[in-house]
Amino acid sequence: MARYLLGRVFDGLVAILGVVTIVFVVSRLLGDPAVLLLPIGATQDQIAELRAGLGLDLPLWRQYLDFLGGAVQGDFGESFQFMRPALDVVLERMPATMALAFSALGIGIVLGALAGSLAALYRGTVVEGVVMVLALLGQATPVFWLGLLLILLFAVELGLLPTGGYDGPASLILPALTLGTFTTASIARLLRSGMLDVLRDDHVRTARAKGLMPRTVFLWHVARNSLIPVVTMTGILAGELLGGSVVTETVFSWPGVGRLIVQAMEAKDFPVVQAGVMVIATTFVIINLLVDLLYGILDPRIRRRG
Amino acid sequence: MLEISDLAVGFSREGRFARVIHDLSYSVERGETLGIVGESGSGKSVHALALLGLLPQPPGKVLGGRALFEGEDLLALPESRLRDLRGGRIGVVFQDPMTALNPVLTIGRQIAEPLIRHKGLSMRQALDRAAELLDLVGIRDARRRLPQFPHEFSGGMRQRVMIAIAISCEPALLIADEPTTALDVTVQGQILDLMAGLRERLGMTMIWITHDMGVVAGIADTIQVMYAGRIMERGPVEAVFASPRSAYTWGLLQSLPHGAHPPGGRLRQIPGQPPDMFNLPPGDPFAPRNPFATERCFKEAPPLRQVPGSVPGHVVAAWYDLPAALQAAP
Amino acid sequence: MRTFLGALTRGSGWLGLIGILLITLLLLFAAFGPLLDLPDPTRTNLRARMAAPTISLFGVGPHPLGTDQLGRDILSRIVFGSRVTLAVAGAAVILGGIVGTLLGLVAGYFGGFLDRLLMRLADIQLAVPLMLLALMVIAALGPSLQNLVIVLALVSWVRYARIVRGQVLAVREREFVQSARAIGASAPRIILRHILPNVLTPAVVVATLELARVIVLEAGLSFLGLGVQPPFPSWGRMLAEGRTYIASAWWIITFPGIALMLTVLAVNLLGDWLRDHLDPRLKVR
Repeated sequence: MARYLLGRVFDGLVAILGVVTIVFVVSRLLGDPAVLLLPIGATQDQIAELRAGLGLDLPLWRQYLDFLGGAVQGDFGESFQFMRPALDVVLERMPATMALAFSALGIGIVLGALAGSLAALYRGTVVEGVVMVLALLGQATPVFWLGLLLILLFAVELGLLPTGGYDGPASLILPALTLGTFTTASIARLLRSGMLDVLRDDHVRTARAKGLMPRTVFLWHVARNSLIPVVTMTGILAGELLGGSVVTETVFSWPGVGRLIVQAMEAKDFPVVQAGVMVIATTFVIINLLVDLLYGILDPRIRRRG
Repeated sequence: MLEISDLAVGFSREGRFARVIHDLSYSVERGETLGIVGESGSGKSVHALALLGLLPQPPGKVLGGRALFEGEDLLALPESRLRDLRGGRIGVVFQDPMTALNPVLTIGRQIAEPLIRHKGLSMRQALDRAAELLDLVGIRDARRRLPQFPHEFSGGMRQRVMIAIAISCEPALLIADEPTTALDVTVQGQILDLMAGLRERLGMTMIWITHDMGVVAGIADTIQVMYAGRIMERGPVEAVFASPRSAYTWGLLQSLPHGAHPPGGRLRQIPGQPPDMFNLPPGDPFAPRNPFATERCFKEAPPLRQVPGSVPGHVVAAWYDLPAALQAAP
Repeated sequence: MRTFLGALTRGSGWLGLIGILLITLLLLFAAFGPLLDLPDPTRTNLRARMAAPTISLFGVGPHPLGTDQLGRDILSRIVFGSRVTLAVAGAAVILGGIVGTLLGLVAGYFGGFLDRLLMRLADIQLAVPLMLLALMVIAALGPSLQNLVIVLALVSWVRYARIVRGQVLAVREREFVQSARAIGASAPRIILRHILPNVLTPAVVVATLELARVIVLEAGLSFLGLGVQPPFPSWGRMLAEGRTYIASAWWIITFPGIALMLTVLAVNLLGDWLRDHLDPRLKVR
C-alpha cells in the first residue's frame, strides 16, 4: 500500500512538473511580454530595459529554470491588472470555486447514487426508464445552456433565486445545480450499469444463499462493489467539474478562479492566467491522488500491487 | 426430510419458452446423501436454485409443484421465511469458489454474516466462531486469515471457506452444487474427504450435484441420474453401478476413466449433443442419442418404474430392457 | 443489413436507432438547410429586433424561431451554425484521431522509451482540465477557426493514443504479426497491414465518443468568445449573445441550446451503441 501510494505521489509530481512546462511553453508562445506590458510607442531602450528586468534576455533554459523555481515558490509574477502577486489574486478566489465545485460534486454523488441505485433496483420498470432518459439528457446538456435555462426559469420567470453574484447560500443553488447535473447524470448511469453487472455476479447469489436481509445484500454485496468504478470515475469527473466551473462561473458571475482566468485572458494578464491554471491543475492532481487512495481502500486487490 | 413432488420449472429466452424441469418428484431421508448426476442442461442445478428461491425470475419461472422441507413447502413460503431457512437450516456450496466469494469483503466477515443473521451473534462472537469454522474445514492459522481477502486464498482454500460459510449455522440439509468441478484433481479429493467427514460430524443430510459419476460413487448413498429435466434412473449407488438400467446411466459409466476400460484406453463420450431445451423431441428425450432406443421411445415418454428383480427403490424410465439389449449387441 | 437492423432494435438498441435518426436529420439539415430559402444568417435588421417566434399551427411565418438582438433570423443561424459546428468538430476529431492513432500505434509497437514518454505526456495532459488547456492554447494562438480545430484535436488525441496502444499490445504478440516479422516485413508495413486493421474498430468508437465532447467544448469556447469568431454563426456564440436579453427574449437562448443538446444527445447515443456492440471492453475506460 505504501509503495502504491508513493508511486501515485510521484506520478502526481511528474504531472504537475509537466503542467508547469506546458504553461511555460504556452506563455512564451504568447509573444513578448515586455511588448505587451509597455504602452504602445515605448522606445527600444525601454523595451530592452524591461526585458532585462524580467529576465527575458537570458537563454531559454535559464528562463525555464527561473520559471520553475518561481512556480515552486508560488511566484508567478505580479498581476498586470491588480498590481499584486498573481498567486494571491488566484488564491483569494479559490474558496468560491471550491464551494461551487464541492457543492456540485455533493449534488452529483447524492442524487447520482440515489438515481442510479433506484434504476438498478427497479430494473425493467418505468423508474429505470425515466432515470435513464433523464441521465442521457443530463449528459447531453451543455452546462452554460443549462445555467441560462435555470436563470430563465428560477430567476427571471419565478423570481425565486438570484440570477448570479455571490451573496449568501441562495446564490449558490443555481450554479451548483448547473454544474452538478452532468456529474449526477454520469454517476447515475455508471452506478446503474455497475450494479446491474454486480447483481449478476456469483457472490451476490452466495450472499442471498446465506439468507441475508435484502438490505444487507444490497449495501454490502452490491453497492459496496459497484462503488469502485464510481470512485475511479470521480477523478475524471473532478476534471469536468473544474473545467465546467470556468463556464458556470462566467454564466452566474461567480467570483471564482474560472471566471478570473477568463477575465485575465481578456485583459492579457498572463501571470494570473498561469497562476490560475497551475492552481486548478494542482487541485486536480491532489483530488486524483485522494481518489487513488480511496480506491486502494475500497478494492483490497489493489493494495498489494506495486 | 425433503419431499419434492411435481416440480416444474420454465425458462424464457428471446421470446421463446422452454420447460427445463418436468414434473420432478423425489425425496431425501434424514442423514441420506443423494448424488444427482447429469450433463449441463439436465436441470440438476436449476431445480436446486428453484428450491432455494434463488432462481433468477425472469428468465426462470417455477410453474408448479411442492417441496416439503421439514414440513414446510419451500415453493409456497413467503420470501422472508425462505430467507430464515437459507443459510440457517439449509446450507449451499456453489461450483466456482473463484467467483462465489465477494472480492472486497474479508473472509472473516463473509463467514460471520450468516452467524449474525441466523444465530443472533455479535460481530465479535461471530468472528470467534468463524475462526473455529476455518479450523474445522482444515485452514491452518485461522485467526490470522480472518482479515484476509479472497484473492489471498487458493481455489481449494476458497472452496473450504465456502464450505465453512455453508455449515456455519449447522444446517440440517446441505446442497452442494458441483463443489469440486472447478478444482484441481488432487484438491477435489481433499474437498470430497472434508465434506464426507463434516457430514458424519454434523449429521447433515446432503444433496450433491455433479456431472461426475466417480464423485457420486465416493460420497453418495443414493444416485439420481437426470436428463433434460427428468429423472432417468434412481437407486442405491451399489445397485445402479452394478446394473444400470438406463442407457444414459450406462453411457455415463462408460465414460468413467477407470472400470471396464484398459488403463490408457480412450475415454468414451456419449455421442450426440445435450438436448436443446427449446426444441425437445417427443417421447424419451434421450432417444436420439440412444443406440438401444426402440420405436416407442421416440413417441412416448417412459414413466419411472421399479426395476424388476433389483433392490426396492431402484427405478428407471426406459421402454427398452438394457441388460438384454447389451447382451444382444456385439 | 437485416442483422444490423435486428441488433439496432433489440434490447437497448432503440436508443442507438434514435441516435442514428437524429444524426441523419442533423446532417440533412446542415447539407440541405440552405436550400430552404432562409434569410441570410448574417443580415441584420434593426427594425425586426428580437421578434418573437412566428411558428404556429397556422404556419411558419417570416421568422419561425424569432430573431436575435440584431434582427437576424434564428432558424437560419441555427442551420448555418450547424455546418460550422459539424465542420469544426468533425475536422478536430479526424485530426486528433489520426495523430492519436499514429502515436498509439508507434508507442504500442516499439515500446521502450518512446512508449513511456508518450504515455507520460498523456498523463500530464489529462492532469489539466480540457477547458483550461484549450483556453490557454487559444489565448496563445489567437482565436480563429483553424486554431480552434488545432486546439480541439490537441485535447482529444490522448484517448485515441491510450486505447490504440492497449490494442496494439494485445495484437503485437499474435501469430500473424509474429510470422510477418519472421519473413522480414518492415515495421511500417507490419503496422499498416497487420496491426492497423485491428485497432480501427476501437478508434472509431472513441472517435464517436470524442465527437460529443468536442462539440460541447467548441460551444463552450465559443460561448466564452474564444471559439468560432464572427461573422460565422455558432451555437455557443448565439447563447453568449442572447444571455444579455434573457429577460426579454427567451427564444434567443432556447433554440440554439436545444439544437446543441439534441446534437450531443444523438452523438452520445450512437457512441454508446457502437461501444456496446463493437467493443464492449471500452466500457470501463
